[in-house]
Amino acid sequence: MATEQVVGPADAAAPPQRLSLLRVLGPMHVWSLGTGIVLVGEFMGWNFTVAKGGIFGALVACWFSGILYSCVAMIDSEVSSTVASAGGQYAQAKHILGPLAAFNIALFIIFEYCMLAAGDALVIGAIINSLSPGLSPVPYVVLTISFLAWLNYRGVHTTLTFNAVITALAFISIIVLIVGSEFWNPGSITQTTLLAAQPPGGVDPKMPYGWLGILAALQFGIWYYLGIEGTCQTAEECRSAPRALPVGTMSGLITLLVAATLTWYICTSLVNWITLGSSVYPLYDAAVNTGKRYLVVTLWIGTVLSCLASANGCINDASRAWFAMGRDQFIPRWFGGVHPRYKTPYRAILFLVPIMIAFGYTGLLDQVITFSIISGCLIYFIMPLNMIRFRRLYPMDAIRRGYISPFHPMPSIVLFLFVLLTFVALYFGYWRNLVAALVFYSLCSVWFVLHRFQYVDRAKLYTMPWPRPKGY
Amino acid sequence: MMWINIGAWAISAVLLGWLLFDAFRIETSYDHDLLVSSVEGEIEKEIQDHMHMQTPAGGGS
Repeated sequence: MATEQVVGPADAAAPPQRLSLLRVLGPMHVWSLGTGIVLVGEFMGWNFTVAKGGIFGALVACWFSGILYSCVAMIDSEVSSTVASAGGQYAQAKHILGPLAAFNIALFIIFEYCMLAAGDALVIGAIINSLSPGLSPVPYVVLTISFLAWLNYRGVHTTLTFNAVITALAFISIIVLIVGSEFWNPGSITQTTLLAAQPPGGVDPKMPYGWLGILAALQFGIWYYLGIEGTCQTAEECRSAPRALPVGTMSGLITLLVAATLTWYICTSLVNWITLGSSVYPLYDAAVNTGKRYLVVTLWIGTVLSCLASANGCINDASRAWFAMGRDQFIPRWFGGVHPRYKTPYRAILFLVPIMIAFGYTGLLDQVITFSIISGCLIYFIMPLNMIRFRRLYPMDAIRRGYISPFHPMPSIVLFLFVLLTFVALYFGYWRNLVAALVFYSLCSVWFVLHRFQYVDRAKLYTMPWPRPKGY
Repeated sequence: MMWINIGAWAISAVLLGWLLFDAFRIETSYDHDLLVSSVEGEIEKEIQDHMHMQTPAGGGS
């Protein structure tokens, strides 16, 4: 069992002890991590689906992505309930697909979350700047990342308890908007029928560009759920990973499915589809259209809290992936350091802070977010292969699971096809970014194979007490 | 407004300064081998043991 004691300089003569991350998290923390990272997507970003696919196209994209992420959650829950290690999908791929796939997945995770954290901080800066032109956004971008890095450094329990509170408040702000706009009384504040009606001689707002528009909308549909897969980064810090991870991930996904559908309904009932399709803060704009000041204030606060929760979770996840790579010497072992008092991967957190600030400093929100989305989709692309190989190498009777994904291999096949379709949509919208990301990750892989892998101690790479894989 | 911006910079500097100070303190007070002594396999072993005890037929789906 891992030693949890603090070992100080005075204990130099004591027998050698081992540091490990603190196991203090429960399902609520896992929920707060998954939902917290993602909920910001309801406050901004998803609404570009309306510009591409119209009102119904946005709903199709919402549910299409919901199916995609349900598959992600099921696969993640099964595999991470057995490979309960920091690094999440990285550790899974290391044991199932091999070192190169693991290295790539770790990079995808790190860039997905670093970029998303920078994007969240940029949005917080922009929101504060919107209060007064005298409030420069840059200090608040830096302050956001500094504060959240400090929180993460001090301990995972406080970090994710804080995340649970602000995520719940952000979610409640959506419910307050729904109730405040008197959804039970259509026509008084909400104008669902009027806003969905086709004007004489105009395009139909329901599906203005037909099925092609819906295909184009898919790339933005993933905003509703992007990042839920980060729950398994906490696996090593859960009191009972086989229970906490499936419960936390599934409850997070259910929360997001409800929040996404509610968000779609209330925004399309309060904001004209053309305005909605180009809005920066769709839920906030919906609140403005109600004409009720308390709703405007509530949604302003909800937007800030959702950004904070997202950035907080992103720092947590990116640092775990970086830490796990360091521990396996995929990068210098130094990064695998654990703080002797707070039991956090403090070197990984510190290392990533300037990177996130640098991305935030650029101010290029669209580029930062697009790179994050592409990195996320690359993870989903590998996950089905991981799952199918996992079941093949370790059949049901070989390893006990905390959760068994139903209908295997259907979730893997559906996920693979849906991600492929999302990549097609991404290619039409952001082919340069997609190609640039693939070139970047390919170069990193070449560096890993030709240079870094020689430093990896392969004898220490696979330390899990698993049986020999089937066929080996 | 300028003072609020300066306040944000100042708080950021304090937080980042504290992080660097604490990290420096840890680096100079503890043995490197101890700080990187974390091992992946331990937790999986505990989980496997725990699940063998808790659920003879695995989990639910």
